[in-house]
Amino acid sequence: MSSDQNQPFVTDDSKVQTKTRDARMTGTGTDNRFNSKLREAFGSSPFILTKFDNFMNWVRGSSMFMLQFGIACCSIEMMHTYSVKHDLDRFHAGVPRASPRQADVIIVPGTIVSKFAPRMKRVYDQMPEPKFVIGMGSCTISGGPFQEGYNVIKGAEEVIPVDIHVPGCPPRPEALVYGVAKLQQRIAEGESSPVTVKPYELEQFGDLEQDELIDKLAEEVDTDDLVMRYNWADSP
Amino acid sequence: MSLEKPQDEQSNAVVAKPTTGEELAELLGDLAIGRDDHMNAPGFVIRPTDVQETLFRLRDDAGFDHLSNVTAEEREDRYETIYHLTSYDDRTREVSVVVPTTKDDPRSQSANPVFRTADWHEREAYDLIGIEYDDHPDLRRILLPDTWQGHPLSKDFDQRRPQVVTLKEWANPLADDHRDSEGETMYINIGPHHPATHGVLHVRTVLDGEQVADVDPDIGYLHRCEEQMCQTKTYRHQIMPYPDRWDYGSAGLLNEWAYARAAEDLNDIDVPEYAQIIRTMGAELCRIASHMLAVGTFALDVYGDFTAIFMYAMRDREIIQNILEDLTGQRMMFNYFRLGGVVWDLPEPREEFFEKIRDFLDDLPGTLEEYHDLISGNEILQLRTIDTGVLPPEVAKSYGATGPVARASGIDYDLRRDDPYGYYDELDWDVITDDGCDNYSRLLCRMREVEESAKIISQCVDLLEDWPEEERTIQSNVPRTLRPEDDTEIYRAVEGAKGELGIYIRADGTDKPGRFKIRSPCFSNLQTLPEISNGEYLPDMIASLGSLDIILGEVDR
Ligand code: SF4
Repeated sequence: MSSDQNQPFVTDDSKVQTKTRDARMTGTGTDNRFNSKLREAFGSSPFILTKFDNFMNWVRGSSMFMLQFGIACCSIEMMHTYSVKHDLDRFHAGVPRASPRQADVIIVPGTIVSKFAPRMKRVYDQMPEPKFVIGMGSCTISGGPFQEGYNVIKGAEEVIPVDIHVPGCPPRPEALVYGVAKLQQRIAEGESSPVTVKPYELEQFGDLEQDELIDKLAEEVDTDDLVMRYNWADSP
Repeated sequence: MSLEKPQDEQSNAVVAKPTTGEELAELLGDLAIGRDDHMNAPGFVIRPTDVQETLFRLRDDAGFDHLSNVTAEEREDRYETIYHLTSYDDRTREVSVVVPTTKDDPRSQSANPVFRTADWHEREAYDLIGIEYDDHPDLRRILLPDTWQGHPLSKDFDQRRPQVVTLKEWANPLADDHRDSEGETMYINIGPHHPATHGVLHVRTVLDGEQVADVDPDIGYLHRCEEQMCQTKTYRHQIMPYPDRWDYGSAGLLNEWAYARAAEDLNDIDVPEYAQIIRTMGAELCRIASHMLAVGTFALDVYGDFTAIFMYAMRDREIIQNILEDLTGQRMMFNYFRLGGVVWDLPEPREEFFEKIRDFLDDLPGTLEEYHDLISGNEILQLRTIDTGVLPPEVAKSYGATGPVARASGIDYDLRRDDPYGYYDELDWDVITDDGCDNYSRLLCRMREVEESAKIISQCVDLLEDWPEEERTIQSNVPRTLRPEDDTEIYRAVEGAKGELGIYIRADGTDKPGRFKIRSPCFSNLQTLPEISNGEYLPDMIASLGSLDIILGEVDR
């Protein structure tokens, strides 16, 4: 752990005043994942706010509840990371929660296919703020070995924002531990990947642009059903 | 059920069953309108309307009681469904039934009344290729979402066209069936994100009180186009990494062997004896790792034991993964086999490597005893698992169940012995069976198989240690590019961690397969879930699911 995390009440402003952070402070940005009730309670003095935030971030990074979320091969290595020998618990991140509503961090361990992406998005949406995502394995970066498959989403980033990518197929447990440590560092420094509109979002069927495909499906799908539309031709 | 009568007939059938092409041709008579022999078996072409009659005759009069696989493909001028039949009593007897259908109306009779396993296989064929089956009870998509457009493995599929997938609420399929006000059922979704489903399986469950009224496993949440991937890669090197990712519960080498065996037989490649022994040893190490995972997660399912047994299983897997890493260079995705052998010899210094394996094997009896104390000897677990999830042998056969699931139902069927490959027939080991048919037997079977695998490994280690240095050939001479002759077809299987893992390859004269079909044991085993859990309590359904030991990567491919 870096030294400034050990002294949570000393703030080095030059480090935290990043662009995303400014946006958060002024409330104009898209991301207000760090807005806590406590900060509101403390009033508007920037001096105290920064420090308290810093403290909160340090706390968040040091006690992460992971979502128990297995998809594919990488989840086997993820299980090994949680278990004896590698024991992720030593790095303040070893409490797998089965419910997304109790988790802060989701590790996405595997290939995401068309049928699963809407469900994954739903699980992600159910997690309380602030939440962080670790993409584990090549599949979450680009689709990995299955990149050319007709059914494979070309990376988790197409669906949800990813904070840390851990490359490998599968990454060794050591690599995942390193990824988690890096995420903790980022959290402690108050960074997180911006929440932006992703290529594949859940939308209501009625809101989709009309074309041949939509007309064809109109009989099967209600207008207020949530759907995800994949434009494979535009995928990387 | 139509199944019962023939089963009796079969058991007292005549001793010499028709096996060769001529005998079978005589048996089928007019039903066969042509021959299309495969490298592994005689093949008969039949009319699309004769499917049931042919299969009934083969099953009842010739004892072909195992529908191992159903392959569908689109050819230049026709669609084709191939039924690969074999027999539980003698795996070396094989026959293929080829059903061609026309291009404009790909429609043939369903094999579902003969073999219940055909249900899912034909749904898959419909989903990916687009062949329709008359009389099929429930012909809908299985791997792809319901709203998918087109059939991805057919020739005119455009991969770039957009698709829409819904996130919908599932309806209770039995809701209309509530005849009186008492009969209330409740519908719940288990999965696709659920700790007990071993991955991304979705089980649509209807409960009547605490009892399961109906379950429907909904798969396809991990359909990664494995077959398409293999069809677009070259035989020599590019396909081998993919099998590691089918059954990823550390069964990599077992899966690689399935591909290696099919491709080696297709191209007529020999494997040096020394390499066979290394393969056998590696494969059995994988089997232990994979059974340990099954046992650990089963305990986790049954009594939520994340701290003891699960961790013990992980600890032992960790040791095996270390050994395998020394051998192959990777912890899980080995890519160690090559057509004609293995990629490199055992690690130096050899003594140290052997020592490591021996240490593990020496500790294993003690470890297993510990497991038995904690799991199989535990009264709570026994209460939960004995006589739950019962799978009678006839039902298991009809669903094409194989591996520990079949062996725990008393079916003495193991490809390592029945259709020998590698070095297994030279070694001394036993096939484990148990006739309890329940969740407990499946657990016991796996734990005993670990002991057998350990026996095999220790014999391999002895052999390897004494092998003369100058005869350590790890690969035979294999051409750089392999182009098997056009239109040669082969179906070969090995005993994977979960059961019979088969590969069908049709060569089209190029260096890539024309059709590559994977017969996954988990796919067939999972199909028995409704059969073994309807009427049981919900927690027992979860235990049954755990005892089937499915890996979604292999179910969905
Ligand atoms: S990155 Fe590799 S190991 Fe991980 S899920 Fe993808 S294919 Fe499997």
